[in-house]
Amino acid sequence: MNKAEFLAALRSELSGLPVDDVQRTVDFYDEMIDDYMEEGMYEAEAVSSVGSVHNIVALLLAETPLPKLVHAKVKPKRPLKAWEIVLLVLGSPVWVPLLLAGVLVILACYAVLWAIIVSLYALDFSLALLGVAFIFAACFQLNSQQILSQLFFVGIGLVSGGLSVFLFFASGKIAAWILRLSKHAVLTVKFHVVKKEAAL
Amino acid sequence: MDIQLKRGLLEVCVLAAIKHEDSYGYQIIKDMKPYVEISESTLYPILRRLEGAELLTVRTVEHNGRLRKYYHITPLGLQRIEDFKAEWEEIVSIYQFVTREGGDHE
Repeated sequence: MNKAEFLAALRSELSGLPVDDVQRTVDFYDEMIDDYMEEGMYEAEAVSSVGSVHNIVALLLAETPLPKLVHAKVKPKRPLKAWEIVLLVLGSPVWVPLLLAGVLVILACYAVLWAIIVSLYALDFSLALLGVAFIFAACFQLNSQQILSQLFFVGIGLVSGGLSVFLFFASGKIAAWILRLSKHAVLTVKFHVVKKEAAL
Repeated sequence: MDIQLKRGLLEVCVLAAIKHEDSYGYQIIKDMKPYVEISESTLYPILRRLEGAELLTVRTVEHNGRLRKYYHITPLGLQRIEDFKAEWEEIVSIYQFVTREGGDHE
């Protein structure tokens, strides 16, 4: 891949970003490749030294907030014509609720993820509490006739205590996994947002 | 190494690379190389972030018939390096505590 092909590929992958950002990014890699070549590298070698386009875009998108990407995408590239504005206003009863629904769906997804994490810890806490409560209950049942029921209470208490310890570590792992997954999902959405423009 | 920690360290390294004189992307990578490896794709978001936080400014200079961007550290950037040094002293003393040899109490 030569420099021109590399920069064109980079530009097309970033086309959903604000024009200014795309130009600055392309300029940075253009300058970097030129500097490598000035130090005596061949063009292809210099291009491969700066890394893959996919990697560059992934690192850049991870830094760019999703609202900024969406804003850059929906912002018209030229001033709107009068009839387009009229159409936008007339169509607002349709597109505004749809847009709102979309935003709320995304927020709901986030809320669900956090609700899962919170409920896992709540379950863990209640198990621990149950364990303590059962052991206490066994201690206060002083009627010696009920030794079996006391043993049963202690047993249940120990089982739920043990489960709570196990679940505590499991919850940590699951929460980390959910957060990693959501990060990955956001990055995928970002890739989709900046790339789709190129296909249009 | 923890990603957040590495990110913070790299930011300070980049600031340190332009502390004494203005520098450009390729030179920054070359200056940092003996101490820490940094790729172009990692450096670029860092430079953007530092510029956004006003820790450095950018100016364009003509070089051999093409344009090259030079990065200049701001007083805020210098302050960031000083803050880092102060924080690091604390971390070093914690490190010494963690790695101390046994037998101190004998």
